[in-house]
Amino acid sequence: MQKFLLQGLLRRALTEQAPIPNPTSIAELGYTLERTARQKLGRSLSIREVDAGSCNGCELEIHALSNAYYDLERFGLRFVASPRHADVLLVTGPVTKNMREALERTYAATPDPKWVIAVGDCAFDGGVYCESYACVGAVANVVPVDLHIRGCPPDPTTLLKGLIAFVETMS
Amino acid sequence: MNFASKQIAAQPSPPTCLPWPREIVDRVGWLDFAESLAKGERELLSLWGESSSVHMAVLEEREPRLRIVTLECPEGSFPSVGQLHPPASRLERAIRDLYGLRAENAPDERPWLDHGRWGVRHPCNDPEKIDSASDSYAFLPAEGEPLHQIPVGPVHAGIIEPGHFRFSANGETVVRLEERFGFVHKGVDQLMAGASIERAARLAARVSGDSTVAYSLAFSQAIEAAFDVNVPPRATYLRALMAELERLANHFGDIGAICNDAAFALMHAQCGIVRERILREAARCFGHRLMMDRIAPGGVVVDLEQENVAALFTLIEWIELMTPRLIALFGDTTSLQDRTVGTGFVSEALAKQYACGGYVGRASGRTFDARKAMGYAPYPQLTFEIGAAKGGDVDARVWVRFDEIKASLRIVRQILDEAPQGPIIAAWALPEDWTREGAALVEGFRGDIFVWLRIRADGVVQRCHLRDPSWFQWPLLEAAIKDNIVADFPLCNKSFNCSYSGHDL
Repeated sequence: MQKFLLQGLLRRALTEQAPIPNPTSIAELGYTLERTARQKLGRSLSIREVDAGSCNGCELEIHALSNAYYDLERFGLRFVASPRHADVLLVTGPVTKNMREALERTYAATPDPKWVIAVGDCAFDGGVYCESYACVGAVANVVPVDLHIRGCPPDPTTLLKGLIAFVETMS
Repeated sequence: MNFASKQIAAQPSPPTCLPWPREIVDRVGWLDFAESLAKGERELLSLWGESSSVHMAVLEEREPRLRIVTLECPEGSFPSVGQLHPPASRLERAIRDLYGLRAENAPDERPWLDHGRWGVRHPCNDPEKIDSASDSYAFLPAEGEPLHQIPVGPVHAGIIEPGHFRFSANGETVVRLEERFGFVHKGVDQLMAGASIERAARLAARVSGDSTVAYSLAFSQAIEAAFDVNVPPRATYLRALMAELERLANHFGDIGAICNDAAFALMHAQCGIVRERILREAARCFGHRLMMDRIAPGGVVVDLEQENVAALFTLIEWIELMTPRLIALFGDTTSLQDRTVGTGFVSEALAKQYACGGYVGRASGRTFDARKAMGYAPYPQLTFEIGAAKGGDVDARVWVRFDEIKASLRIVRQILDEAPQGPIIAAWALPEDWTREGAALVEGFRGDIFVWLRIRADGVVQRCHLRDPSWFQWPLLEAAIKDNIVADFPLCNKSFNCSYSGHDL
């Protein structure tokens, strides 16, 4: 264990430079954030991830945001365990009918001001599952969405671009 | 073939299923199979329904040979396999939810995937519209003075898939865990029916995101079996390369996450770095970090460029250097052992009864590996040893994963050294004759994935059944957590890492 700890002290950090946020995302966000108490939150945001029916691909890449290469927390963004602690809901999946109520209740449990970011192609329009009897489809059909991050699944850089655009617009 | 000859061409009954023929049995024969499962002479691989028949796939105990049997049940019911062999129970409940076929004398008749929210009953077979917002659900009782219940989910505290766990606890000790799933049910069976092969392949790749390569491989192999397609040798090597990269990435990610659940973040950080580097190399070589949609019926859609071979060698050398250090970090940290040793025990008998695959089965003495047992290309040409342990606890499951990592590294080296040159996809066309059936069993990182499908004469999928290894691992988690403390549940759960999406389908 000493080796790893020593290495941690001596080596350069693995964390990479942040990507430049996506201009279209900034435009999409500008409007929704204008109206809200952004000063209250500064650049710090707590994110509650909700899987509303994804295949787990999006979750894998959201997980990757916390590894040493991307190190999401340096932007003041952190994942929290309860919607009660969250400013942002990060929602994935083609909202299944069996998850609809859980998503609605999670949204209701999140205190204002709150935002919703829909992650992945399924969350955008239902993706390959859009015609299913068991799916509602887009996250926007269930809760209001402030930003879409597309991809199947979006890679961590794409996710980071979207999230940075989000905090940039807020500050 | 002209129209007249098409008319004359007789439809074989049943259509030949390749590579394992499907046999029709009567009710007595069906029950004979159920009894042999109960006696442990055969192992249950899957159980699935159609409009008026049920099918069962079993593994013969002595020789690893698959058999598929069918029982026609025009009256809408069939003798329950679950009454004799409990692993069949959840599959029977799912058959009833989706196809409306009832298992007679079933030990558990509660719905499983159907929460009463779809607007229809048995959506895949003569659907019946309903007006229901949700059904009530009776959890199994656990009674006694000091017991209390802890409901968890479907939305969990971490970044994980949704499912519901109902703990009955005596103080801190879990007396009973009952799982309730179906939250991520996306109606894959119905979406598959009527889909083109191309669309079906995309759906199969999205059944469980962490096993996208394995699912694509299983689906493609079933199609190839049905249409007798010869996959070019190079393609089989590239498929195995992707499958092993997927296995490596998942094992590293999971080992890190297991340690993180025991509050050992250092291991999580180090394993996360290895996983990330594997995914980045996968993206460079194949154009997608998870290698989604890179395997297609007939072969693969992306070739491995020569310059990337060197990069993969560098990656493998680096992982080979890292692995012993991570093993030492895991093995020498006694505070970690304190949490993992003896936690979440699964007995050898249960692993065998549930034909439990992957690291869960292997850590409890069941050494089945589809790569060896089925011997699909290119694995018979490669030398590797699968891991095995008998400890049956969280610790054993981690060690088996380390063994699998070593095996995968060895396989990747051999593939990079020995992969032949040549075409990467076979040209094949749909024959204009009758309906075809195919099946496949491949080893995903989590365990064996079974696929059975039938393609109609017009090239459209009539029925495609995909069975995730989690079906036979989830019930064992219920057994594993018994007598452990509630706080050890995340640790046990992560050491299994069963799929929700693959199970709920």
